[in-house]
Amino acid sequence: MTLFILLFIPLIGGMLAWYSEKFNANLPKKIALVSLLCCWLPLFSPLNNIIFNDNSFALSQWLLNEPHSWIPIFNIGAHLAMDGLSLLLIVLTLLMGLVALSSAWHEITKRTGFFYLNLLWTLAGVIGVFLAIDLFLFFVFWEVMLVPMYFLISIWGYENRHYAAIKFFIFTQAGGLLMLLSLCALVGVHFQQTGLLTFDYIILLQNPISGDLAFWIALGFTIAFLVKLPALPFHSWLPDAHTQAPTAASVILAAVLLKTGGYGIIRFVLPLFPDASLILAPSMMLIGVIGIIYGAMMAFVQTDLKRLVAYSSVSHMGFVLLGCFAFNIYALQGAVMQMLAHGISTSALFVLVGMIQHRYHTRDLNKLGGLWSKLPKLSAFGLFFGIASLGMPGLGNFVAEFLILLGSFEQYPKLTIFAASGLILAAIYSLLLIYKTFFGQIKGPHDSKISDTNTKEWVTLLSMCFILIYLGLHPQPFFDLTYTSLTNLTFIPSNIGS
Amino acid sequence: MTYYASLLSLIPLLPLFSALILLFSKPNKLTTALLAVGSISGAACISLFLNFVFWQQTDFVLTSNLGNWIKIAQLHINFSLYLDALSLVMITIITGVGALIHLYSIGFMYQDKDFKRYFTYLNLFVSAMLFLVLADNLLLLYLGWEGVGLCSYLLIGFWYQDRDNNLAANKAFLMTRIGDTAMALGLFLLFIELGTLNIQDLQVQALSVWSSSNNNMANLCCLLLLGGALGKSAQFPLQNWLPDAMAGPTPVSALIHAATMVTAGIYLIARNSQLFQMAPDVMYLIAFIGTITLLLGASAAMVQSDLKRILAYSTISQLGYMFLALGVGAGASAVFHLMTHAFFKALLFLSAGALIYSLHHEHNIFKMGGLLKKLPIVATSFAIGCAALASLPFTSGFFSKELILEQLIDSGHTNFWWAAVLGAFITAFYSARLFFVVFLGDSKQSPDKQPEKIMSLVLLLLCFFSLFGGIQPSGIQTLMPKLNASGLTTLQHWLPIVLPFIAISLAWWMFKTNLFGKTITVPALQYFHQLLKSGWAFDRIYQVIFVSPFKFLCQLNKSDIIDLHYRALEKISKLLHKKFSQFQNGKLRCYNASLIIFCVLAFAWFIKGALMS
Repeated sequence: MTLFILLFIPLIGGMLAWYSEKFNANLPKKIALVSLLCCWLPLFSPLNNIIFNDNSFALSQWLLNEPHSWIPIFNIGAHLAMDGLSLLLIVLTLLMGLVALSSAWHEITKRTGFFYLNLLWTLAGVIGVFLAIDLFLFFVFWEVMLVPMYFLISIWGYENRHYAAIKFFIFTQAGGLLMLLSLCALVGVHFQQTGLLTFDYIILLQNPISGDLAFWIALGFTIAFLVKLPALPFHSWLPDAHTQAPTAASVILAAVLLKTGGYGIIRFVLPLFPDASLILAPSMMLIGVIGIIYGAMMAFVQTDLKRLVAYSSVSHMGFVLLGCFAFNIYALQGAVMQMLAHGISTSALFVLVGMIQHRYHTRDLNKLGGLWSKLPKLSAFGLFFGIASLGMPGLGNFVAEFLILLGSFEQYPKLTIFAASGLILAAIYSLLLIYKTFFGQIKGPHDSKISDTNTKEWVTLLSMCFILIYLGLHPQPFFDLTYTSLTNLTFIPSNIGS
Repeated sequence: MTYYASLLSLIPLLPLFSALILLFSKPNKLTTALLAVGSISGAACISLFLNFVFWQQTDFVLTSNLGNWIKIAQLHINFSLYLDALSLVMITIITGVGALIHLYSIGFMYQDKDFKRYFTYLNLFVSAMLFLVLADNLLLLYLGWEGVGLCSYLLIGFWYQDRDNNLAANKAFLMTRIGDTAMALGLFLLFIELGTLNIQDLQVQALSVWSSSNNNMANLCCLLLLGGALGKSAQFPLQNWLPDAMAGPTPVSALIHAATMVTAGIYLIARNSQLFQMAPDVMYLIAFIGTITLLLGASAAMVQSDLKRILAYSTISQLGYMFLALGVGAGASAVFHLMTHAFFKALLFLSAGALIYSLHHEHNIFKMGGLLKKLPIVATSFAIGCAALASLPFTSGFFSKELILEQLIDSGHTNFWWAAVLGAFITAFYSARLFFVVFLGDSKQSPDKQPEKIMSLVLLLLCFFSLFGGIQPSGIQTLMPKLNASGLTTLQHWLPIVLPFIAISLAWWMFKTNLFGKTITVPALQYFHQLLKSGWAFDRIYQVIFVSPFKFLCQLNKSDIIDLHYRALEKISKLLHKKFSQFQNGKLRCYNASLIIFCVLAFAWFIKGALMS
């Protein structure tokens, strides 16, 4: 029941938070905090096992496996399971949930109950996506995380929020529809080929479907995940959504929602369609590389700070796509690491932008400048996360990008050279961000009310710094944790021969 | 040995810890200075002690493992330090010169309100540089490599209120990043070809895997590594960030942009000497690039009027000498020149810093003059620095440059020798010009304060090293195979010794006839002067070829072409919505009319169907 408890805590917490607004507008955020902290309790035993007893999990892929029946007539099960990969992403989700909560603490003042309901339900949806092993259940959670996110953007967003929210919803909904179709087709074909009607991932895995149809089904799944990642040419909802979303939603969006795309590719596309993904690989890697360069070039010309960070996300997630389809243990480990490191560094940048906007009421790069002389601590953090996003060795992003490029270089040296140019382009936009925002003379009238980071902000940002440094200097535990899940995927080229 | 190993790991960790303590605490200026200088001095003492221990030995190796970094399949990367003769020389220079410059900085930066931030960056720099030279694998080296780049960026833009400083910092970071990316690709290729990133294993593997010399793959790997070296060491065609990097505080220019960081490229090639020996084509290219750079830098230094820019171009040119030496296989003399250059160039920069300090931030040499009597210590140290730069006999620069020239002949590259001798002539000329213009002649402004005592002390110490630092450590001679001494002709022996004096006489004559600083009237000459002054116009060329097209391309797509399609989709559906909603206007007349039209059409169609059948 551990995994179900993990899933229900934020769902129930959200309901409670909504209801509690009747009594006190400050109560919902406290309930949200408590329920997020409670989510760590079910994780206690698997984490404990891994840290103190590190041989046990190497034997089987699944740390926890909880099958229950749900709709027996279609053989749809409420099957949740957790392996190293999903554990890692859930930990990231919970951590970033706390960060989002910290940034929303003072920022959100209207309809707090409903806000925290949506926040917690989005998180619950994401956790469900990472845990669901039954494909139908996976689809349900995939939808569950979208609707509250839509409300977060369209109610608490900035000036152009309705447009952005609808755009976000249509894009992801179209992707979701495509996934539903591919999902039904997959189950249907599987039924035809084996006579077994099932939505269960583990059973589907044993007999990967073959034939021409497999390629199209794989493509359908892949596109659904590409929209989420986002990869070119489906990226354009992201800058709008990020720019208009409140900081907390931006954090959740960047840190975990995008990661469901990468997770989907690693968990479903690669193992369920080994032949088709080999055929898809070159074009997907090309899309990844184009995304890296395109995103970086777009980031370079933005004048809105949030848009700049959003486009840098597109560039960074291109690396994830590149890593996923390189069929190589280095690249896959790198892709997972990139999901973690990007989740932290980018959401930290969004938190920073939120703080700047809160203080100066602008995100326009041309109206900012010289923040260092006024807010040295905040600017130092900005410098740190800017440097992290350009891939400085010693931080998680470098380890990730290094491994991805190393892994993909072997098979696709030319593509990798272009991808590596992303390192230079990342330096260009990151330095521009730092240069325009923090250096130079201070602009605008002097306002004595503006103060540097308070303790809550300082602790949030500093702990994110430490996680990035830890990822950069001691990534080994994370590699070990996901090793079993990922080596199962790399057998593909050796068996089939590319 | 474990005792020595733990001492070894302390060397890079001491400055790192000091930087961390400075970052997270709020000490007063005295504590800051004590901590910063103390940590580097501690590291310097340990390096001196290790020198003392290993002085007689040539084949010693000391290793120390600080922990595991990455271990996936065949990729095993540790935080391991590796000390041999080459890295011992390097850490001695870095910690020794580093400690002196830290000490000097106390005086130079004392009035600055960001005193603590300055020393945090500086300590972090030294630590990263030490990791770079002590790394036993290329990935850890790359960590140090990027780390020094970051600190260089932070220190160039240290006075962040001035946008120009930050632009210079960005330029330095980006240009070196281009080289670094090539180097990263080199790392990937090496790992895929040779299956390891450990530097010593790479040398062994290279010999066995690429059995034949001049293998294409060997050339490609070395070429990619060379890319990194060119960026970091400001060699052609990535040299033009260094003059702008002078925007940082002068002690930073001395430490990072003269003595240590810019020599990282030389270290990289010397460290992988066996690898590079498998790639003779690349070696020739290194020598060629070195020659171009030394002439390019020296010629640009002749016409500059900014004190620090002269020294920057001079650094580029001297680094060119080291590349030339590396390229012809004289690695030991390259490292030797690296060492003496670290001494005398640090001395020159610090003297320049003292000058700037005393003359309220004056950089233009033509606004100085006649300072010999007013600033005697600075003048003395400047004279010694210039003499060593011009390689006058019995200074440290003389021994190292002579060695390079001699080995050029020994390796049979007479063309390169002529170019190097020409470079030496120009070097002596601009050194003399610099000294004459600043210290002799009419006084144009008088200093408002003398340099701090602590600064003078450091200058005197460096004077000593610049004069007597020409004793080559025995260890580094084993770096690269010895070249056969073919013996020099009389001309080849005496020309490099006599030429500097001729150059100085020429400079003296030009100074006496007031030719320096005079506005040039001949158009062709003026054009050439401008060309030289801009460092052969590389900035403008890159602006036209790379920067402007890139900016243009990005601006063109600012509104995201892909997004425009989606917006078009949106517009079309809105248009359709408008068109169709016009039918729904609530007017009964329209509804009636459309009903009748529909009925008529339907009836007509029915009739037509009936008639056809």
